[in-house]
Amino acid sequence: MIEYAIYFAFACFGAAIMMCLWRIITADGVGTRVLALDTMVINTIALMILYGLSKGTEIFFEAAMIIAMLGFVSTVAYARFMLRGNIIE
Amino acid sequence: MSLFLIAALPFLGAVFPALLIRAGRNAAASAAGLTTFLALMGLLIHIPSVMRGDVVTARFDWIPRLGLNANFMLDGLGFLFALLILVIGLLIILYARFYLSREDPMGQFYTYLLLFQGAMVGIVLSDNILLLIVFWELTSLSSFLLIGYWKHLPDGRQGARMALAVTGSGGLAMIAGMLILGNIVGSYDLSVILQNKALIQASPYYLPALILILLGAFTKSAQFPFHFWLPHAMAAPTPVSAYLHSATMVKAGLFLMARMWPVLAGTDAWFYIVATTGLITMLLGAVIALFKDDLKALLAFSTVSHLGLITMLLGFGTKIAAVAAIFHIINHATFKAALFMTAGIVDHETGTRNLKRLGGLRHLMPITFTIGTIAALSMAGLPPLNGFLSKEMMLEETVHTTWLHSHYLVPGLALLAALFSAAYSFRFVSHVFLGAQREDYPTHPHDPPVGLWLAPALLVVLVVLIGLNSAALVGPLIAVVTSAVIGGEKLPYYSLKLWHGFTPALYMSVVATLGGLFLLALHKRGEQVWNALPRPEAKVIFEAIIDALTRLSRWITDEMHNGVLSRYAIIFVAFTVGLGYYAYSTGTIGVETRVPLPAQIIPIIGWICLVGATLGIMWFHRNRLLSLVLIGVVGLIVSVAFNYLSAPDLALTQISVEVVTMILLLLSLNFLPTETPWDSSAARRWRDAAISVIAGLGTGALVYAMMMRDFAFPTISEFHLANSYKGGGGTNVVNVILVDFRGFDTFGEIIVLGIAALIIFALTESVLSTNVRSYLLNRKPHWPQSGDSHPLMMVVATRVMMPIALMVGAYIFFRGHNQPGGGFIAGLIVAIAYLMQYMASGYTWAIERQRFYYHGTIGWGVLIAAATGLGAWFNERPFLTSDFGYLHWPPLEEFEWATAMLFDTGVFLAVLGAVMLALDSLSRFAWQPGMAQEFPMDINPLRDSPPEQEQEKEQA
Repeated sequence: MIEYAIYFAFACFGAAIMMCLWRIITADGVGTRVLALDTMVINTIALMILYGLSKGTEIFFEAAMIIAMLGFVSTVAYARFMLRGNIIE
Repeated sequence: MSLFLIAALPFLGAVFPALLIRAGRNAAASAAGLTTFLALMGLLIHIPSVMRGDVVTARFDWIPRLGLNANFMLDGLGFLFALLILVIGLLIILYARFYLSREDPMGQFYTYLLLFQGAMVGIVLSDNILLLIVFWELTSLSSFLLIGYWKHLPDGRQGARMALAVTGSGGLAMIAGMLILGNIVGSYDLSVILQNKALIQASPYYLPALILILLGAFTKSAQFPFHFWLPHAMAAPTPVSAYLHSATMVKAGLFLMARMWPVLAGTDAWFYIVATTGLITMLLGAVIALFKDDLKALLAFSTVSHLGLITMLLGFGTKIAAVAAIFHIINHATFKAALFMTAGIVDHETGTRNLKRLGGLRHLMPITFTIGTIAALSMAGLPPLNGFLSKEMMLEETVHTTWLHSHYLVPGLALLAALFSAAYSFRFVSHVFLGAQREDYPTHPHDPPVGLWLAPALLVVLVVLIGLNSAALVGPLIAVVTSAVIGGEKLPYYSLKLWHGFTPALYMSVVATLGGLFLLALHKRGEQVWNALPRPEAKVIFEAIIDALTRLSRWITDEMHNGVLSRYAIIFVAFTVGLGYYAYSTGTIGVETRVPLPAQIIPIIGWICLVGATLGIMWFHRNRLLSLVLIGVVGLIVSVAFNYLSAPDLALTQISVEVVTMILLLLSLNFLPTETPWDSSAARRWRDAAISVIAGLGTGALVYAMMMRDFAFPTISEFHLANSYKGGGGTNVVNVILVDFRGFDTFGEIIVLGIAALIIFALTESVLSTNVRSYLLNRKPHWPQSGDSHPLMMVVATRVMMPIALMVGAYIFFRGHNQPGGGFIAGLIVAIAYLMQYMASGYTWAIERQRFYYHGTIGWGVLIAAATGLGAWFNERPFLTSDFGYLHWPPLEEFEWATAMLFDTGVFLAVLGAVMLALDSLSRFAWQPGMAQEFPMDINPLRDSPPEQEQEKEQA
């Protein structure tokens, strides 16, 4: 049963990533694109966890955790750049 | 004392003067003197065996595969030169202590001097020609530092550069010559080469090797036409001139010719090249010296002349001429060093070295007068001083030499040179010391303190003693040295007496002395003629040549590197495509041995993201911020792909590098235009596009072809997998490769990383100290800024994140040896944790709370890694061999320790320091006055409404 759930989740997040890509390429302005990139990061984290679940391994967990921790930093940096120009004041 | 130690002592001791200068100038001088003294004692211990004619050796295989062995040998020749270098070095150290003024950095001086001394001792003790070349180049470099010691004088800098250019290029020629020589014989060991005279002289490569080696020797010993650098090197402080240009550096070329004499001399080519060059140099130097008004220039050209004399004697190729050459090397070193020191004293005490402004000093400076006169008369070749003896031998030899069937050419020209030599020596005495006392000296001259005149006085005592009783004093030494020079063959008959009867040489001496006096009397007239004559100015020619070469290399560089990056890329890519096509059309390809795996849907999505983002970058690449966002997509997918393809270490590294790179690019984008301008035509863009599409498809096809086939040869992966746990003590093969199998690479890389960060720092410093600073201060932002520079939300979030991130960093670090992770990734994660604080609360706020400098972090990292590597040596294992074991401390579970962990700590620190230093430097460009603030965030509710307690206090 869990397998079907995982496959369903894979499909959802895969589709989400494609949509994010679509927004990144077509959206107006940089703000939306950065937001889409951030969403894409979150979706890939989900994909990695799902992959780990389907393979029954913990090895992807740390990678997912680090992406979660660091992906946030780049988004913040983009935001600072757009708001202030200078990211370290 | 081992020969290794004698050669190494000056290098080891070179550290002390630089450090001890803080304890005073006497401490620095004593340290230098003591080092030299110890090396000298070590040398003197070998006297008995050297005098027996034995050769002392010390062997150590350094890089045996290249034939480069650290072999040293001490025979008579090496002993004589080492003795001269160390004894005169000791005297120079004493003299320099009193010569240099308070403003001169004396510690630096002695350090350079000892480095030079070590290099010279290395040359004369080397038993391997490659090792000799290493020391040879070291003398060029250290003499550059010494000649340019007075950095504030343009003459000093130019002279140093000229000396380095001339002797350095000669050294390059010599390397080629030595390699040819080594190839002919099949060994680079001097002791082997010296046994193979017949083989070398029969070889067709004899002449090229000879010419190349002689180029090295002639440039070093200032032989015509390379003599011009020596007078310009006189801009150095006088102790340097006395040391380098009387006893040591310029004698290195002579040493080499004497060293190679057994195998290279005796042919017509040797005679005509070496003897002729020597003869021309001797005559030219003597003539020019007579008309120089600068005391040191006079001595410089006289040195050139005497070096020519010795070269000529070596060039004659007869054994008795070799005896004369050796004898004159000793004599010249003694009287010329004394003369240079005298010149230095005169300069020091009167404030001028110009002969036109000197004269009549004999009553004012009686001691200096005595020393200078005796040394100068020896240089003139008057009995009973030592210069007379060797000059007589030289003249005697010329009489027996025919040059292209002419019996008179060589003796005639030698006589002329001797005549001029006598003339300038007399001029030195008469124009400095004799004549009427003057009133217009720049200062009031008087004899210097004993420290200054003691060294030349000792030398002058030697000059007289050797002259009076040479057979007893230096006879045995000369016998030993000469037999080393002529290769152990039987010594010819010679006599070191003052009186040989009425020989041709005696008549020639008388003519030279009288002629010298006559020329001195006519000096004024002669000078007018000399000044009226047109003559080439060596410095102008040299600079013209250097300028032309600089222009040529600049032209080549500019033509090849015109700064257009797309041009470099297209050349590189087109060439690679061509190469690939050539390989494809001529090579063979094996059959496919693998079947493609079925494609999954999620990887296909990733692939679409990669391709889509790449196309997007191409489309939007002129909008820089936008392309950065799209590059972010590529980075993200690549790191997920690494994960999917079972490379979690790579994935972790990729994602952290991605974040750091992004921050770095955003920092730079702040100062760059937001749009990239169009700068190539449409046709060129289409051409570039076509080539890159071909290259991309080709690369894709190549990768596909590779992945469809098994490896043709067994890969190294098997070895790594098999030995990772057994040998390296870790189950994470990637980490074991980094810290153990290829630890040396990692060590090199962290050093490079550190250097790169330091360069970024240095560039920042230099850019910010120019007027770019004002441009930066007046810069307007690209678009309107929002009000919050340090928003509350961000500050709070990053503070909460900080300990978590540090914890993750520690976790990744510690488990790195067995699970994905390691020092590199941990360093990046911790750096990002720090950077978050910089971003949230600002540069100034963060830097004020920073207790250590990142430079130090880098340094400690490299040092710890190095110390770990060195630790293996103490267990008699190669550098960077790691060790591991298991520990069980009761309250804890059993855990593993590995030295690799210590090495990884070094990696961690170096990466952390390098990343932080680079970003720290870049963020300083944006500094504006008034940016600093005392609070970590702009708006803080706590500040607006003070806590209740305080309110109560205020009410009370």
